Amino acid sequence: MTTPTTPGIRKAVIVGGNRIPFARTGGAYAHSSNQDMLTAALDGLVARFGLAGEQIGEVAAGAVLKHSRDFNLTREAVLGSALAATTPAYDLQQACATGMEAVIGLSNKIKLGQIDSAIAGGVDSASDAPIAVSEGLRAILLDLNRAKTTGQKLKTLSRIRPKDLSPDAPSTGEPRTGLSMGEHQALTTAQWKISREAQDELALASHKNLAAAYDRNFFDDLLTPFRGLSRDSNLRADSSMEKLAKLKPVFGKSLGDAATMTAGNSTPLTDGASTVLLASEEWAAARELPILADVVDGEAGAVDFVHGKDGLLMAPAFAVPRLLARNGLTLADFDYFEIHEAFAGTVLSTLAAWEDEEFGITRLGLDGAFGSIDRSKLNVNGSSLAAGHPFAATGGRLIATLAKMLHERGQVDGRPARGLISVCAAGGQGVVAILEAR
Amino acid sequence: MTSQSTTSHNKSSNNSASSNRAAGGREKADKYTEFVSAGIGRDLAKRLGLPQPAILRRYSPHAPLVEGPIVVLGHGAGADAVAKVLLDWHQDVRRHATPKEKLGAIVVVLDDLTNPGGLSEPMLAIGAALRDLNKNGRVVSISREVSVEDAPEVAAARNAVDGIVRSLAKELRAGATANGIVLQNGIPAGSPSAMAALRFFLSGRSAFVDGQFLTAASEGSRQAPHWDKPLEANVAVVTGAARGIGAAIARTLARDGATVVAVDIPAAGDHLAAVANEIHGTALQLDITDPEAGNRILEHAMSRFGRLDIVVHNAGITRDKLLANMDAARWDSVVAVNLEAQLRMNKALLANESFASNGRIISVSSTSGIAGNRGQSNYAASKAGIIGMVRSTAPLMAASGGTVNAVAPGFIETDMTAKIPFATREVARRLNSLQQGGKPRDVAETIAFFAQPQAAGVTANILRVCGQNLVGQ
Repeated sequence: MTTPTTPGIRKAVIVGGNRIPFARTGGAYAHSSNQDMLTAALDGLVARFGLAGEQIGEVAAGAVLKHSRDFNLTREAVLGSALAATTPAYDLQQACATGMEAVIGLSNKIKLGQIDSAIAGGVDSASDAPIAVSEGLRAILLDLNRAKTTGQKLKTLSRIRPKDLSPDAPSTGEPRTGLSMGEHQALTTAQWKISREAQDELALASHKNLAAAYDRNFFDDLLTPFRGLSRDSNLRADSSMEKLAKLKPVFGKSLGDAATMTAGNSTPLTDGASTVLLASEEWAAARELPILADVVDGEAGAVDFVHGKDGLLMAPAFAVPRLLARNGLTLADFDYFEIHEAFAGTVLSTLAAWEDEEFGITRLGLDGAFGSIDRSKLNVNGSSLAAGHPFAATGGRLIATLAKMLHERGQVDGRPARGLISVCAAGGQGVVAILEAR
Repeated sequence: MTSQSTTSHNKSSNNSASSNRAAGGREKADKYTEFVSAGIGRDLAKRLGLPQPAILRRYSPHAPLVEGPIVVLGHGAGADAVAKVLLDWHQDVRRHATPKEKLGAIVVVLDDLTNPGGLSEPMLAIGAALRDLNKNGRVVSISREVSVEDAPEVAAARNAVDGIVRSLAKELRAGATANGIVLQNGIPAGSPSAMAALRFFLSGRSAFVDGQFLTAASEGSRQAPHWDKPLEANVAVVTGAARGIGAAIARTLARDGATVVAVDIPAAGDHLAAVANEIHGTALQLDITDPEAGNRILEHAMSRFGRLDIVVHNAGITRDKLLANMDAARWDSVVAVNLEAQLRMNKALLANESFASNGRIISVSSTSGIAGNRGQSNYAASKAGIIGMVRSTAPLMAASGGTVNAVAPGFIETDMTAKIPFATREVARRLNSLQQGGKPRDVAETIAFFAQPQAAGVTANILRVCGQNLVGQ
């Protein structure tokens, strides 16, 4: 297997990032489109690094909830931004891991020398979500388009029934199980016996850590305000265990007393966009731009959540051990962990699996448990439970945040500070990556 | 905290800021000025004896310096030297006015003045030529600084120039202005810094500067001037750059060739990014009251561009209240943002060898700081404080070749002044010799002048950009 240190393959570095504050659905960005938000996130990045009029090697971004008219969403955003119009762009989509995959894919192009600079990004709006017509109406409309005579047209139209007129809104439900993501996680949370209290503690830490990061101006060079918002609107700095304990379970209610997942320890639907500036070392040096971190390696994984025994969001539990093995690292070699908080239960189930001896032996093929992490290194500047989770935008948020943290940390025990990012995604997938400080 | 890009009279909307982008050319004046500038409106105003503000000539890089020949009055070596410089600038120079021939400017060189009697001849010559001065014409005096060591008759003569220029400025009409250059002892009239000031006063850059004086403290830079891109290769920081006057300053410095780092508080970051991208600069989101602000600005400029040449302290806030009703929050925040932050940043800047060796600091003061303003004791304190700071910082920078100056804007047409009730606004905007409000650009042009390499000998000045407002000096 090839590692990024193979001779002939150069480094891909993270110069910095920019995102707009994340807004709860129906809030500040209720009337902003994906294109508006992605363009704003790009323009903030361009301004931060003085790239107006520059041609970037390639821009890749995506949205999970995307209207079909936005087939060229990223390219359209580039055209509307301050970047040179000669900057190519493409859309990609891997559910909640979209931003991660954009970073890894573009980094690989930089490592291979195909491009010298890149911007990875992601955007999502659950407020401005596309609404489709019902399947019945869609079939009729397509037939109508093919009808030649007036008689045929009238006959086709006469097939429309009232039930055909109700629109088909997008859902976060899994097509193969019909269960929502929260219901899936509720099963996993129960499977790994994660307590309500542990979940609430993680949610509270997320809010406290994010609020503290804002208070020490950590986000000054990671964020650009948008539509009057300068902080994530989901952030509750005054949250407490008492307040969280009062919330009623919203997922897994069929489990009765074992239901533990509330609106407080689950991530709400959110709108937002993020971007990350990637480059070769030479490109960054030629422009005297900062280098925060190296993109060391990445790995995608998937679980058979339909027929197998693994939960929908457990793919990272498998992808991380593979990624670490390939790089000759253990969990003890990391200074920061960014584990995306789709739900508090997701993070805690993943950690529980890694600490479980049987899981390590039977599922990961190891001699024992994969290992445990020092919880003081986990999501130290808050994560999705507090910031929110505009699906495709979360990867960019995590990459830029971790890169800055690593850069500030610098060296640890004579080696560059090292961080791990883990993002779970719909469809039983996950994408994980290793970054190292510069 | 609200955006630091606002100052008392100086808050501008994006709309007014974007109209400033049309660098040069004729800009829209206020409605009244437009009305009385042509047709029925002009006739009506004339008959009724109403104010007739002119549409001011504003700077654009390729426009002529002045519109018409320049008469240089005076008989000494100083006058000859000034005439020679104007010829080098390819100007149409006359040493005597010819009646009925239209003039672009009158430059009177009085550097050899020794007694009040010496004023009579040149002043009467100016008077005779005034009738032929074109619209938006210029009268510029060049005289010597008054000092306590001067003989009484010398001091009397030199100080008389002050009264002449300020009176003449009030007499001139049709957008014409009168300003003066004061030479410190030993500085020749034709020295680069005096000539940079002359060029500023003659040009459209000084459209809203009237009845004011600039002091040339040293000879200035002999380096070949690049008048169309005077700030080429310079790196400039502008605080409060997200909107209004700050955005106009950023645009003007960029137009003059500088690479601009646009600074504003994080909450104003979206407007800041738009300004930075428009001028191909960079945005730095930063609260200037942060104790590390100066170092963070230096770090950004040095790491990205390897240098920092110009710092414009424009960021400011107002928290107006009569002193009788003042609270600590209002007082302290205004002083912290408008004054203490600048003091702290200047300390960091002066401690940096690279900046100190040739740096320019330009602060935005206010006519409120000079004349005072009811309900603005806190704001006036901060803006008058800036004047003290500039004067005492100048000697610290002079040793290494740097300069520090301030501009004091008067009534500037902005978002905030647009909100003043119609009648009050109409009165406020006419209370100056040019009978109109200034534009954010006018403030920016003056700042850009102070930043020019040619202005290296111009320091410790507080220049009002107020159309010779009736209050204060």
